[in-house]
Amino acid sequence: MIRLATDSSRCSGCKVCLTICALSHFGENNPKKGALRVEGKFPTPGVFAVAVCNQCGACATACPVDAIREKDGVYILHREDCIGCKNCVPVCPFNVLVVHPAEKAPIKCDSCGDCVRYCPRDAIIDTEHTVMRIGR
Amino acid sequence: MNGYAGNILRVDLTNRVSRIEPLPEELADNFIGGRGFVAKLMWDEIPAGADPLGPDNKIIMAPGPLTGAFLPGAGKLEFGAKSPASGGYGDSNVGGHISPEIKQAGFDAIIISGQASTPVYLLIDDFNVAIHEAGHLWGKGAIETETALKHELGEQYQICTIGPAGENKVLFACISHDFGRQAGRTGIAAVMGSKNLKAIAVHGTKGIPLADPEATLAKGKEMFAACFAKPGFEEWTPQGTAGVTDWVNEVGAFPTRNFQTSYFPQHKNINGEALVSKIKVTDKACFACPIPCGKYSRVKRPGYDVYVEGPEYETIALIGGNTEIDNIEDCAFANYIVDELGLDSISAGNVIGFAMECSQKGIITAEDLEGRTLNFGSVDDFVWVAEAIAHRRGIGAILADGVKRAAAQFGQGSERFAIHVKGVEWTGYEARYAPAMMLSYMTADVGAHHNRSWAITFDVASGRDKLEGKAKRVIELQHIRPLFDMLCLCRLQWVELGFELDWYPQIFQAVTGKTQSFAELLKFSERVWNLTRAYSLREIPGFGRDFDYPPRRFMEEPIPDGPAAGKVMPREVIDRLLDEYYELRGWDQRGIPSRAKVAEMGLDFVEGVIAPLRS
Repeated sequence: MIRLATDSSRCSGCKVCLTICALSHFGENNPKKGALRVEGKFPTPGVFAVAVCNQCGACATACPVDAIREKDGVYILHREDCIGCKNCVPVCPFNVLVVHPAEKAPIKCDSCGDCVRYCPRDAIIDTEHTVMRIGR
Repeated sequence: MNGYAGNILRVDLTNRVSRIEPLPEELADNFIGGRGFVAKLMWDEIPAGADPLGPDNKIIMAPGPLTGAFLPGAGKLEFGAKSPASGGYGDSNVGGHISPEIKQAGFDAIIISGQASTPVYLLIDDFNVAIHEAGHLWGKGAIETETALKHELGEQYQICTIGPAGENKVLFACISHDFGRQAGRTGIAAVMGSKNLKAIAVHGTKGIPLADPEATLAKGKEMFAACFAKPGFEEWTPQGTAGVTDWVNEVGAFPTRNFQTSYFPQHKNINGEALVSKIKVTDKACFACPIPCGKYSRVKRPGYDVYVEGPEYETIALIGGNTEIDNIEDCAFANYIVDELGLDSISAGNVIGFAMECSQKGIITAEDLEGRTLNFGSVDDFVWVAEAIAHRRGIGAILADGVKRAAAQFGQGSERFAIHVKGVEWTGYEARYAPAMMLSYMTADVGAHHNRSWAITFDVASGRDKLEGKAKRVIELQHIRPLFDMLCLCRLQWVELGFELDWYPQIFQAVTGKTQSFAELLKFSERVWNLTRAYSLREIPGFGRDFDYPPRRFMEEPIPDGPAAGKVMPREVIDRLLDEYYELRGWDQRGIPSRAKVAEMGLDFVEGVIAPLRS
């Protein structure tokens, strides 16, 4: 399986990860629907922080209707079951349950690995080495 | 309309109102976006003869149809306005992240007109548009203002600002964004200043329609993978544009001491290696860029401790070589100063180099300079002049209008070494031994800017003494490169990685649903090139051939030393290049597009204005 981790020191803030995530999961050109977070801290100290889901499952525990269910180590948010209470959002230790005004359900990572394959900087990695950046 | 947000936002600062209109389909079909929208909207909407710094001028901001999509380098924004520097067509583009944000807010163009009675900033949150007081920001530095607005509004906003230079209508003030990216050229920040517009903050949440999401995803993946496979992906990126510094010196084309010569012996102290080993903190990318050219740096020395994005190559050339600041730390510090003041670092280095030469030659004296002289190599002198310019203090008030106007004031032969074309200062390639590059600068529609045609590598590869084929190549580049500014993509994947141009019509089709070959897309670019020429013909009295010459220094003074020693480009060579260029373009020998060319380009609406100019 894929287990995501980050090396923020390598992140350049390009948001390729957010863009591919939203496009492949929603068929939408809208990086605001990416299930991870990239932040720049400027003008000082001049670093980026990238945060991803490591499938810890805290969100599933907080969900009152079991809309987030584990399968093969990955917690999937079943959007059709979600009631939109957003109880899962504040419990995420990485703040990567993404809320978007056009979506009732928060947006959650399903460990598809595309952010790893297409991060130009290797700032998002799979600690299990199941996937790597394309061409590596 | 796939690829487009579908709306234009109009903001009237005089009456503090805004209006959202649908994007006309024929504008998208005929002018694509970005620079194409800018050129057409300027022609249609800015009244002929408008004062560039008056309420009738308009600022147009336009992303393109590929902006914000999943492909390498999809983050550029085009600004346009009647240029206060040239008096004619003006545009400038910036990377960062604001362009996708504007489209996500729902807009393919923002047209800002009028003049606010007090300082304001524009706040755009999807379709909620407001004009807020900015008295508390007025006087602050460009990056200081961005920081303050991020604190005030939230990290989610993408913001562009002006510094004191824009407020004081310095004709080479720049628009700043994303803590160190600038729309630097042609003085559009002075237009913002004239409108009392300190900043624009944007946040958007909407998706941008795609003709074929699956094909976009598949094609985007192929394009990123193709970039990753290029050798330059690993090799070029660490130094970014600064990496070209040594090469430009080796070929004798590095602006040095106000373009007196073209080789800077200390170039190793200010090159890409110095940048990386001494001051770089992190690589910083624009939206969807796999090869971040942004080098975010920190310099700490007695007297200062600052963060700055850069210096990139142009800043290294114009601040480093051209004012002879011979170490990367002081270059970065000077870069920081001009960034906060909101001065274009290219023009600032050019203008200050000019001022230093004027001081050395006694054309301006201690009396003009509050008792000082200006010395090449002195970062203290550089900073003193930059601050005088940004605040239009003393001699700075004259220099703030750029080298063309300053030379007209100073006289005493200084126009010989005022290094500009059309009132816009020359950038980082000395061209006395590079005919294609020389012609590129002479004929760039915005003035002496390299981004329309960067032909120096072609000069070196094809023979620098040869004139044949140079005009043809310059014209090809003047269509290819500005096409990127119409699509609002970064061209560096193509320039630096050798990324194939054929990719672009493929992703264009996936995103917009329109089938155009690259050659067909280039015809749109040629249309815009002829339109911007027509715009300057309409606006600048006597515009034409006389405005396409380089400064006399390049035609009369041989390069004194370095690899290009002894080279000069006499007027007869310049004329030969121009003659051939006009002929290939379908323009007459005064540089006016022929009736046939106007018709071929589908620009019949300009014919009534330019026909009387032909005779």
